[in-house]
Amino acid sequence: MSVTTGDAARAEVNGAGAAGAWANGLDAASVLDIDPVLDNPRTRIVVCCGSGGVGKTTTAAALGVRAAERGRKVVVLTIDPARRLAQSMGIDELDNVPRPVTGIDTSAGGELHAMMLDMKRTFDEIVETHADKERARAILENPFYQSLSAGFAGTQEYMAMEKLGQLRARDEWDLIVVDTPPSRSALDFLDAPSRLGSFLDGKFIKVLMTPAKIGGRAGMKFLGVGMSMMSGPLNKLMGAQLLRDVQTFVSAMDTMFGGFRTRADATYRLLQAPGTAFLVVAAPERDALREAAYFVERLAAERMPLAGLVLNRVHGSGAARLSAERALAAAQALADGPGIPRTPDSSENLDGVGIVDRDSGQTGSRTADDPGTRTPSNTSSPGSGSPQPAPSGDPAPSAPSMDSTARLTAGLLRLHAERMRVLARERRTRDRFTSLHPEVPVAEVAALPGDVHDLAGLRAIGERLAVQTARHDATPAEATADGKGTENP
Amino acid sequence: MSRLHVVSGKGGTGKTTVAAALALALAAEGKRTLLVEVEGRQGIAQLFETETLPYEERKIAVAPGGGGEVFALAIDAERALLDYLQMFYKLGSAGRALKKLGAIDFATTIAPGLRDVLLTGKACEAVRRKDRLGNFVYDHVVMDAPPTGRITRFLNVNDEVAGLARIGPIHNQAQAVMRVLKSPETAVHMVTLLEEMPVQETVDGIAELRAAKLPVGSVVINMVRPEMLDPAAVDIAANGRRAAVARALSDALAQTGFAGADRAGLVEELVDPLVAQAREHTERVALERLGRTEISGLGLPTYELELLGDGVDLAGLYRMARELRKQGVAR
Repeated sequence: MSVTTGDAARAEVNGAGAAGAWANGLDAASVLDIDPVLDNPRTRIVVCCGSGGVGKTTTAAALGVRAAERGRKVVVLTIDPARRLAQSMGIDELDNVPRPVTGIDTSAGGELHAMMLDMKRTFDEIVETHADKERARAILENPFYQSLSAGFAGTQEYMAMEKLGQLRARDEWDLIVVDTPPSRSALDFLDAPSRLGSFLDGKFIKVLMTPAKIGGRAGMKFLGVGMSMMSGPLNKLMGAQLLRDVQTFVSAMDTMFGGFRTRADATYRLLQAPGTAFLVVAAPERDALREAAYFVERLAAERMPLAGLVLNRVHGSGAARLSAERALAAAQALADGPGIPRTPDSSENLDGVGIVDRDSGQTGSRTADDPGTRTPSNTSSPGSGSPQPAPSGDPAPSAPSMDSTARLTAGLLRLHAERMRVLARERRTRDRFTSLHPEVPVAEVAALPGDVHDLAGLRAIGERLAVQTARHDATPAEATADGKGTENP
Repeated sequence: MSRLHVVSGKGGTGKTTVAAALALALAAEGKRTLLVEVEGRQGIAQLFETETLPYEERKIAVAPGGGGEVFALAIDAERALLDYLQMFYKLGSAGRALKKLGAIDFATTIAPGLRDVLLTGKACEAVRRKDRLGNFVYDHVVMDAPPTGRITRFLNVNDEVAGLARIGPIHNQAQAVMRVLKSPETAVHMVTLLEEMPVQETVDGIAELRAAKLPVGSVVINMVRPEMLDPAAVDIAANGRRAAVARALSDALAQTGFAGADRAGLVEELVDPLVAQAREHTERVALERLGRTEISGLGLPTYELELLGDGVDLAGLYRMARELRKQGVAR
């Protein structure tokens, strides 16, 4: 499986280096230099946040590997890693304890531990630590507690922060890298202290707790008319038994809730401290970057220290000087055949040169249209069933005269045109973000063909993240090779 | 066919877009669908290029092909809770009192499971709602649901509630919701990309749904890219026929007016990067093929939507809806 950075991609990065265009004014957004952040002994916590599917966990793991190999004692806290990534770090077992990761280069004196968050275990541990034995048992056996702790939306966020606080308190590591749950609610932990506060100071908890404390009728009397008006409906609504469960739960948790709040407050302050660095992770897609903008704004509002944006899966091209339009025009010229001097090998048996040129039947109509808007009617339907394997020796219907080298070259050009369109779109979305938030330093990480699931892959990601000279080249050159300012198709 | 379509999938697979396209596709031919959002992101409003959706069912699109309509609703947990309480009580001032006490905050945030109860409950209410003549108000309800990792727990939350509240109105309501969710009236669709992690999550997610006896509908493979070159061709371009490819490239680019005097040198510099891109392409295609094999092993109806190179706009959304119909999603 391709975990390697791939020679292809490396060639692309290096190759583009030669082009070295850095002409675009919008690119003036500052570049995030991650190594100084990781190396600084005062950086104690790195929090990776962002929407789902942008490579947060991989980024957190890659940062952990890099920091450890640069000499720091690191623990990575992941929430829900892909199975193979977890296996590669040796944390596929859920035991809620940091485990040493082997295979790390420790020559710089660093080390790496990793753990996967077990929500229920973390919640149970809190109960066991902060309540006396009998009370702890009552809580752990309470059905209301059991479903709450099993991990509904929201619980994860609280527990991730709780665990972060615990790890920090142990002071065994000098850097903690945290991955956050995959949703917007990942920032809910920022609200936790105030929410817990308003709840604890509110009267509702008293309504819930009083009958359990004082018991039955007396409680109602104590609460007065207003309160009994509430308890009545609650009782009817929830059923006496559920209300009792909730009451037992809340009163058993009562002492702990105070501790919760204290710890949530402490974690919140910890996150605001200069020793913390938030990284917002995104992919160069509209939705992901819109979420990233939300995170950036939210972090600013909470006065949380943002280090920058990590933009994963950015495409580049070593042939960026060749525009999509011109590549398509050249492919068309090849498809048109005549005018192209026949190459000496055109008489070869062409069997075996598999060019899956499913679009060649419509090449005429494709280039006639705006190449940027392909409608389903002029492309083959991908849904018509099975993937179409390369039909060896099956010449493209519309171009029987087109020799195989020309077809091959046209294929390379069409792929390139596709790539350039991706680049252009990614740049537009990125620029939208940087013009909204020019103050946020950005680091780009080039796309890999496959997923990462071993240490070598994580190391490579870390390298790409840290070495941002290649970044300028991931964007197409504005000036064309023929010296004109912009390309016209 | 099913009337409640729950659309889930790993983050970044285009869940919201597919849910919207499905709502459009199902609304064709004069049908009426409701598109429900539960995660508070306002993704539907952005997709349909309308202003922020209130907690109210509102028409946002007309379906292609005659009179069909798509309504949208962004469910707000707090408002849904008041609705929910209203179902059992006339809670005028008492509702406000609850709010004042912090009970609503408690229910929607501190006790997070309740949030899911309200969201699923509201969607099922829309599915079952009838007009005065006894016809369903909506032919289909499409839910842009939480991601794969949470979907089973999300849909099963009412089972949990029914276990906690063993009698009374909450118990009954929870059971009624579960009856809808576990019946053939419901179909859970998974959106995936042909990449390793999303495919793995899809396979795992479907196993979980099946274990929980929740009705699995189909798999929608999103952002499919056509295969253009195979590895053998790329090898030939890189090795045996590199010089010929360079010549063909040079000739073709000459016809487009590329470069000029120093064309030969520039073209020479393009060959390797172009081949490198082609190698990435074939590598990706090989991975995609593995993913397809895994998905076809699930034995579910599968739909494929092509990648829209310039991102999804409103026109793209309608195109996706047409494509889904063509592939038989409304049958």
